[in-house]
Amino acid sequence: MVEITIRKRPRTEAVVTQRKFFKKTARGKVIKVLRERYLRDDVCCGIHSCSICADSASSVLPSAGSLNHPMFPDGHIVLPDTNVFLAQMDLMESNLFNPPMILLQTVMEEVRHRSLPLYNRLKALVKADEKTVWVFYNEYRSETAVIREEGESPNDRNDRGIRKSASWYNTHISLSRLPVRGQAARPLPMVVLLTDDVANRQKADKEGIQCVSVRKYVESMKDSGKLLDLLSTPGSDDVEPTKAVAARQVLYPDYLPLSTLLAGIKSGHLHQGHFNANQYNYLEGNVSVSGFDKPVLLIGRENMNRAVQGDIVAIEVFDESEWKAPADEVVDQETTLKNDDAEESEEESDDKKTIAERRVLQAGFSKPQASAKQPTGRVIGIIKRNWRSYVCHIDSSSLTSSNATSLSQQTVFATPVSRLLPRIRLRTRQAPTLLGQKILVTIDRWDRTSRYPEGHFVRALGNVESKEAEQESLLLEFDVPYRPFGKAILDCLPSEGDRWVVPPKSASSPEWRDREDLRDLVICSIDPPGCQDIDDALHARPLPNGNIEAGVHIADVSHFVLPDNPMDNEAAARGTTVYLVDKRIDMLPALLGTNLCSLRPRVERLAFSVIWELTPDAEIVNVRFTKSVIASKSAFTYEEAQIRKDDPNLNDDTTQSIRLLNSLARKLKAGRMAAGALNLASPEVKIQLDSAESSDPIDVAQKELRETNSLVEEFMLLANVSVAGKIQGAFPQTAVLRRHLPPPRSNFEKLQDILQKRKGIPLDVSSSAVLAASLDKCVDPSEPAFNTLVRIMATRCMLSAEYFCSGSVARDTFGHYGLASPIYTHFTSPIRRYADVLVHRQLAAAISYSPLHATLHSKAHVERVLDVVNRRHRMAQMAGRASVEFYVGLALKARGERQGSTEEAFVIRTFRNGLAVYVSKLGIEGLVTFKREIQFDPDAYTITIPSSDESTTIAVFDKVSVKIEVEKDKNTQRGRVKMTLISPVDSRNL
Amino acid sequence: MSSRIEILNDGGYRSDGRRQYELRSIDIDMSPQGTADGCAVVSHGLTQVQVCVFGPREARKRAETLHDRAVLNVEVGVLPFSAGERRRRGRADRRILELAASIKSTFEPVIQTSLYPRSQIDIFVSVLAQDGGLLQACINATSVALASAGIALGDLVCAVSGGVHGTFPLLDLSALEEGDLPNVTVAITPRSGKVTLVTLETRLHVDRFGEVFARACEAGRVIHTEMRRAVRARTSKLVDAMGAGTKGTGEEDVERDVLMSEINDF
Ligand SMILES: [Zn+2]
Repeated sequence: MVEITIRKRPRTEAVVTQRKFFKKTARGKVIKVLRERYLRDDVCCGIHSCSICADSASSVLPSAGSLNHPMFPDGHIVLPDTNVFLAQMDLMESNLFNPPMILLQTVMEEVRHRSLPLYNRLKALVKADEKTVWVFYNEYRSETAVIREEGESPNDRNDRGIRKSASWYNTHISLSRLPVRGQAARPLPMVVLLTDDVANRQKADKEGIQCVSVRKYVESMKDSGKLLDLLSTPGSDDVEPTKAVAARQVLYPDYLPLSTLLAGIKSGHLHQGHFNANQYNYLEGNVSVSGFDKPVLLIGRENMNRAVQGDIVAIEVFDESEWKAPADEVVDQETTLKNDDAEESEEESDDKKTIAERRVLQAGFSKPQASAKQPTGRVIGIIKRNWRSYVCHIDSSSLTSSNATSLSQQTVFATPVSRLLPRIRLRTRQAPTLLGQKILVTIDRWDRTSRYPEGHFVRALGNVESKEAEQESLLLEFDVPYRPFGKAILDCLPSEGDRWVVPPKSASSPEWRDREDLRDLVICSIDPPGCQDIDDALHARPLPNGNIEAGVHIADVSHFVLPDNPMDNEAAARGTTVYLVDKRIDMLPALLGTNLCSLRPRVERLAFSVIWELTPDAEIVNVRFTKSVIASKSAFTYEEAQIRKDDPNLNDDTTQSIRLLNSLARKLKAGRMAAGALNLASPEVKIQLDSAESSDPIDVAQKELRETNSLVEEFMLLANVSVAGKIQGAFPQTAVLRRHLPPPRSNFEKLQDILQKRKGIPLDVSSSAVLAASLDKCVDPSEPAFNTLVRIMATRCMLSAEYFCSGSVARDTFGHYGLASPIYTHFTSPIRRYADVLVHRQLAAAISYSPLHATLHSKAHVERVLDVVNRRHRMAQMAGRASVEFYVGLALKARGERQGSTEEAFVIRTFRNGLAVYVSKLGIEGLVTFKREIQFDPDAYTITIPSSDESTTIAVFDKVSVKIEVEKDKNTQRGRVKMTLISPVDSRNL
Repeated sequence: MSSRIEILNDGGYRSDGRRQYELRSIDIDMSPQGTADGCAVVSHGLTQVQVCVFGPREARKRAETLHDRAVLNVEVGVLPFSAGERRRRGRADRRILELAASIKSTFEPVIQTSLYPRSQIDIFVSVLAQDGGLLQACINATSVALASAGIALGDLVCAVSGGVHGTFPLLDLSALEEGDLPNVTVAITPRSGKVTLVTLETRLHVDRFGEVFARACEAGRVIHTEMRRAVRARTSKLVDAMGAGTKGTGEEDVERDVLMSEINDF
């Protein structure tokens, strides 16, 4: 029984405990907000064996503090202020930095208010094993609570609160250790305020609180060398103003204060959105905002005003007379700015740069066409930065000294791997050793006076093009969690380990409770070659009444992964298994994924089965869902299954089952297509690795698709649709579903225009069925690959599918556009997708197999989990694609060394100075740029290359030959694919 | 999505510094107001409700009188400045009517109406300040006001609200918590152990409901003790004032269950 008490709040305390403020709502109403808080004396200080605090069992801070710092020989505990976490999180997270630390509630809340990603990192820090952090709820302790005084800014109030807590701690320590008579008084450990705010330090000194700046604290530590690089660049208010700084030119307009921005957005004259950089042109970005059909263009540095990819910005839209079309030019930051000097002598180089950039900008708009005009605007403030760590290379040309033994501090440029990011200026003593390595860099600040953002070095990942470094940088770039599973997670696995088997059938066995025995069914699995995590298997057999029974059996992951244990939480955070070409980052520990849950042949396994009765025409008569025990008879590859099906000499049960399934799948597919499902294409290539060990790619081939691929796909779709209906009926508020919103028609405008103008083919996009039919007509008899190309381009116009919680969106937006299904979910791959695990739990509850865990009843919880899963899913796809690209590059290089590679390619976009082409055989896109003047007709999507005898015109959709080479960038050592035109004209000299 | 303020943080504190099962400060004031027969101002934290009881008296409308028991009339008024947003609510506002109906149905089985045939008891509720737990405050204030009016009650009715954050039950919700969590209000008569009112406005899983319901019932007993203390203090003050400090109604029988007769003695 728990104790229920009343918190008494004496009326005399009302000044401290009640807070009254006024708030203005979105509609302009003023609301009075009255809040109260209860101050208490039982908030524990967290110091081990404290004689005053009652509940010190969970205390983590050592009673003598840390004795390792030379500045504080009597022991100390650090108490950092908010800015330390906001600016120096990398230092705080370092394994080398682990003094006992007090984290104040005030600090936590301020961090949470300022940056959610940092707050999440802070929370992880508190839980980390190697750190000693105690969260002290100072706002609830009567001695340390402060109230804002008249005329005091919230910041000052918080700083005062932090100082008050620091001095309280020191008093508390001395009170809890009153000297025992007859014993010499032991020196007391002290609580040290860690802050970089000079004013705060002065005030603390006056109040007699020990305080120290982060830099000073780190400098006198043992590992100061390695730690100092982790410090973010100091703010200008911290450094003595030098002549150079004082004379520095202001390059960017100032940001407006947040309150003005928010007011402007409410009133409608400002707009808010995510900033997207243009990967072809670093001087251009765009922001999609509601109210405009087309994204708002931001042209030039000043208008982009220090926004970085992913930031949430506030923009002002210019008058319609200033609207422009996007530049049709490829502008590469490295070539345009290659002479820029990292050591900031802005004045002299400045003019040159601006001139160069201005020329580029003006050239781009020499011929504005009314048709393609887009709204333009400029960034006038940042709502929220979305900075993280970026994988970069050091630009060798920016080094002043490349002497490997030089340890002098240098300012260098780090070029991010992603083309969407600006170069980052950073100061380091390790520059020469970092050359030719991939490194992780964090952006700290971007001042008005600085052309580039400033950052600091976090850690080195390894040599460029070493597979380990490439792999890790990929994972970091796409934020894929890849640490090995911890002990707490592995403890959730069955204790039998890989000796776990389905126990013998008996009424008392918990595994067999409410499970159907399907071990005698002729079940088989069909997967790609080398598949280890088999999560689905199938069967089909004729029924006496002429109908057919078909079943899909999915690994019963939810039997092993129980809700809300460490393994479940980790899987939820990972969201999905990530497949790279040569590595798989599992969502679940391998014991489950590739063994206990994998539906291996001739082994008994637990499964969750969907069993239909279908007519021979593939109409569903009924469907049931049951937990089961199965024993798959065989595991085929797509190819084996195809051969078996086509071999007339084979007539065994398995083969007949496959044939039956195949005939049903064809009807199912026909039915789906008739309903308007889209047959979309995405460039899929397969990397052939030499051998498992060396994993050197030898070739790239396009993925082959067989009838049996489609067989499996159809039944998985059918299972997903059936399950979606069931769980939506059972849990209308919290069912985990998947949808694909229809794309806005404006997304297709460009493609429609190109098709009409170049090929005279209309594209009707009014519904998915019409679009499907229309895409089927996009054929060029002379060019069979043309249809695939159009499909790929159409796919890019679509939105991406997403998971959602059924109670959170309107019922009429449930539909899956691409599949033309009114309702859909993911049920069939619980080993590698977390959404499927949730769906399994909901389905188990819907058939009354087990009660639904409380968290799955909470809409807020489901939404939160699905947000993470959606993001992870997107990132995993991008990581996978990037991994393929990397290997395509390696393969090309290997090929190039032998003969040099010439491939056929299609033109997909024309620029004022180049072409974007798509090489379907390799599934890659590339740029061909011309140094010489060419004629460009943006309305007809053509370029014309003049020449003395005959000029050549190239248009979008034209087939060309390109020579593909991998060229190493001299500065950053990063390999990049370079394409040159071979025919119809040779562009090597152009 | 969820609000910027954490409902229950990792340290186990709620946004106002309470823990899961801690109720807000309760203040019960039974000083007389005007001509009312019984009066009480009850506050739970920043929620404050005043209740005045008139009666039992002759019914105003003959048509509505009942020959065998008293008629209960509940009227609720919400002061325009009581909530964050200044807003005037008419008597016919649906939320107010619902509140009045809930109060009436809570007390109908508890007031021994058959003792007062052909009469009427008026309960006027005015909400002075709102910060969550409005219904609970109305019911508790009505309980005390009826007692101070000397109306025969089976027991004091004690109400308390509760909510569920994730899988954690919380008691006595503030307005901030009420906005974010599925919540219930439970009213019990602790002596008989009966539940006279349960409301639940949002969907809540039955297992979670069971848990929060059980906690709310326990909390009702805690509030009961508080109410008894207030009623007793008021009584002894009155007795002292009358100069007839008869022994036996003092502090020593705190443990004896409170009976309405004790209050009605004087
Ligand atoms: Zn203590």
